[in-house]
Amino acid sequence: MIDERVDKSKRQFLTTALTVVGAVGSGYLAVPFLSQMQPSVKAMAAGAPVEVDISKIEEGQLIRVAWRGKPVWVLQRSPEVLKTLTTLDGELRDPQSMESSQPELSKNPARSLKPEIFVAVGLCTHLGCSPTFRPEVAPRDLGENWKGGFFCPCHGSWFDLAGRVYKGVPAPTNLEVPPYRYVNDTQIIIGEAEGKIA
Amino acid sequence: MNIKPSRLTLCGNWVLERFPLAKVWNDHMAHYYAPKNFNFWYFFGSLALLVLVNQFVTGILLTMNYKPDAKLAFDSVEYIMRDVNWGWLVRYMHSTGASAFFIVIYLHMFRGLLYGSFKQPRELVWIFGMLLFVALMAEAFMGYLLPWGQMSYWGAQVIISLFSAIPVIGDELSLWVRGDYVVSDATLNRFFAFHVIAVPLVLVLLVFMHIVALHEVGSNNPDGIDIKKSKDPWGHPVDGIPFHPYYTVKDVVGVAVFLLFFATVIFYMPEMGGYFLEAANFIPADPMKTPEHIAPVWYFTPFYSILRAIPDKFAGVIGMGGSIVVLFLLPWLDRGKVKSIRYRGGIYKKALMLFVISFIALGYLGTQPVTPLATTMARIFTAIYFGFFLLMPIYTRWEKFKPVPNHLTLDPSLEEKIPALIALWNEVTEMKSIETDKGVVIKRRFNVEGTKHVLIRFVKYLKESLD
Repeated sequence: MIDERVDKSKRQFLTTALTVVGAVGSGYLAVPFLSQMQPSVKAMAAGAPVEVDISKIEEGQLIRVAWRGKPVWVLQRSPEVLKTLTTLDGELRDPQSMESSQPELSKNPARSLKPEIFVAVGLCTHLGCSPTFRPEVAPRDLGENWKGGFFCPCHGSWFDLAGRVYKGVPAPTNLEVPPYRYVNDTQIIIGEAEGKIA
Repeated sequence: MNIKPSRLTLCGNWVLERFPLAKVWNDHMAHYYAPKNFNFWYFFGSLALLVLVNQFVTGILLTMNYKPDAKLAFDSVEYIMRDVNWGWLVRYMHSTGASAFFIVIYLHMFRGLLYGSFKQPRELVWIFGMLLFVALMAEAFMGYLLPWGQMSYWGAQVIISLFSAIPVIGDELSLWVRGDYVVSDATLNRFFAFHVIAVPLVLVLLVFMHIVALHEVGSNNPDGIDIKKSKDPWGHPVDGIPFHPYYTVKDVVGVAVFLLFFATVIFYMPEMGGYFLEAANFIPADPMKTPEHIAPVWYFTPFYSILRAIPDKFAGVIGMGGSIVVLFLLPWLDRGKVKSIRYRGGIYKKALMLFVISFIALGYLGTQPVTPLATTMARIFTAIYFGFFLLMPIYTRWEKFKPVPNHLTLDPSLEEKIPALIALWNEVTEMKSIETDKGVVIKRRFNVEGTKHVLIRFVKYLKESLD
């Protein structure tokens, strides 16, 4: 390159201008490229509410339904279970569900609209495994402190039968409670909140 | 007399005038001088290349019958296994190749720790190698989703959820990676694209950079000496030999032994007792139910154990990521002035031994279900793992080094070892006269005293080398 009598400031200006224009152009192109990896319109639309008949669930029984591709649990809790739930506060990380995700009406100690029916998204808030339902008290593998609840086999998180997380386990918050409402005494709709559509 | 060049020579010249084939060959093979004392640990670089080629060839064959669709994927893999001609062989070569890749790479990296191959001036060789390791983990992880079995599904669910632990952008980021609210067809399809096109390209590029960087600074050796310091009158290192033919021939032996093991696994134990192909992955993916016991494939378990050991979501992910990041920092953490373990102080030898034990223990614990005891153990080994790296700037300063020779030391060959072996045999055994019904015969018997001496000598030697 011949450097004699060259006005380098003009050359520098052109280089800078080209770099800036190129960077802005690449930035614009990155938008469609990155955004095409977002959930498609079809994926976003596939979130229709699900109707569940709860009349046939027996006491202590848990059924699983699919909502937005996720497992949702519907559990019928006995009065003894509900009584146990009130005694656990000291062992739980977030007993009042202050930092957890649930509809406003389910933000109570039993985390449900009606205390006996418990509805929750069956995915651990740690890394998304589906915890196993372990209603028995003090089984051999989980030890004497187990009062019945959900145990995540992946990383050993403990939840009580209201989906509240214990202290000292990897999961940060209580299990998520989806929006749901009662159509009548025997039917609920998951995916729609009381009064409004979620 | 004028010799007329043959047609072939003319053709060759035509190419060479237009493409520097001979130059590349000479620079990287025939005139690339490697230290002459490479031992067992130096097989694994070329073996990694062999496995890479195996994965490429079998992978291309698999894509001819595999269907990256949540409804068809599981069945298409079974179709390959049962109905495609030799499909089972190609698939087992690919799945066993994945595990073999990590075995080879872990041994290759351990070689680096033994002989200080990451140290100045090979920092970039190490960094490119580590980038290769990360790309390889991504490749293996995304490949594992493709059969769309239970373990594929829930493994992907867990690993993608790792991103959600990042504050603020975490949830958006994991949604973007999945392309859906749960692991679904969209996820499978994009993982296929990454596994088959994007990551392999990155791997090839990084292998190229790894080798170019290595050949620029030259190979390290078990003595950790710079062989370029003493050269013969022709400018070649005195302690070096051309890579081709000397090391190509040596590597062929390594390849033959490796293939023996590789073929044994493929033909007799392709699932390797659930370690190479996990039992739960023979059940189609079910988004409603996590298998009772989920564990990643064996090569991820050390890092998975670290994740599980930390009782906090974000800290766990940081710990897991950190366990890889510290490896990148190794060239700057190690302040030891000597490269090879042969001349390093006992403190590094002990630290390395503890590290290897904790790495293997973490790997084992990661395959086991969570129990309070296992968690405590995992926490101890996690502390040792990080201690090895993070305390390195301190303890490597205290090291007492042994004098490093100016020239490579050559291990005695097997023939040269024979007299010593015979002497050892004579020491642990003795000739005894034994009375039998046929009379007194002299027989060789085990000698307790002699064995004791040998053992004591061995322990003393071990202690000396560790001090």
